[in-house]
Amino acid sequence: MAYRVLASVLCGLLFGVGLVISDMVNPARVLAFLDVTGTWDPSLAFVMGGALIPSSIAYAIRRRRTRPAFDTEFHVPANRTIDRPLVAGAVLFGLGWGLVGLCPGPAIASLVTGRWEAILFATAMFVGMFAYRIASSRQTAQLRAH
Amino acid sequence: MSYLNLIWPLSGGLLIGLSATLYLLLNGRIAGVSGLTASAFGWTGVGISPLGLGFLAGIAVGAAVAFAWIRHAELTITSSPVLLMVGGLLVGFGTRLGSGCTSGHGVCGLARLSPRSMVATAIFMVVAAMTVYVVRHVVGGL
Repeated sequence: MAYRVLASVLCGLLFGVGLVISDMVNPARVLAFLDVTGTWDPSLAFVMGGALIPSSIAYAIRRRRTRPAFDTEFHVPANRTIDRPLVAGAVLFGLGWGLVGLCPGPAIASLVTGRWEAILFATAMFVGMFAYRIASSRQTAQLRAH
Repeated sequence: MSYLNLIWPLSGGLLIGLSATLYLLLNGRIAGVSGLTASAFGWTGVGISPLGLGFLAGIAVGAAVAFAWIRHAELTITSSPVLLMVGGLLVGFGTRLGSGCTSGHGVCGLARLSPRSMVATAIFMVVAAMTVYVVRHVVGGL
């Protein structure tokens, strides 16, 4: 377990540095990237492109392995069904992302600036996640009752 | 766009990809921040996850280090308090309902050619771009 937690911290560190270096953490930059009909700033396409190079190799390597280094099995979802929650969730997320310019990673990273805007956004995001938890556990309870 | 302006996003992206790579090959998991955040708070139904907590702590420390020593960037956040709250709620609820965000679907999902992630990424990118279009060019700013 200790190795797994250490690996998580290391991966988080790389992720946090990557978010700041790429300026993905900056809402103005993200909104300029999303503003395709205005003064479009394409730089964040290179963040996605850059991230896909190592991760594509990683998932190719994964296919030839039976287990990761620090765990007994891979925990990669096998679900391939495109259902309503997936679509509805992506729409809501896209709306929120387009309104402010922060997605979950940058929302966490921006907290270290101590800016009240970042704290307010992240708090609301946590509330939204908790609300989903409440809603989904209620639904599960209802399904069990039937 | 100058050559130097390309180096920053590309190297930042490579680091994010390296993070996803190590998280998969070491811990066997998807480096998706929305799922990791929910698991860190114990909102995935299996209790508080030390892995989620570790990852979030890593992001915070990594960002602090990068702000201090690598790229001293000033964040530009122009949204009103109401907009920040509405946006945060939508991002939090939406990423959980849709099982992922920019990292889980956008980076890890596309890399493993998951049909669900390809659809989700296409939808949230298009909806976000449409939202910016409406806010900036139809409403004239919020």
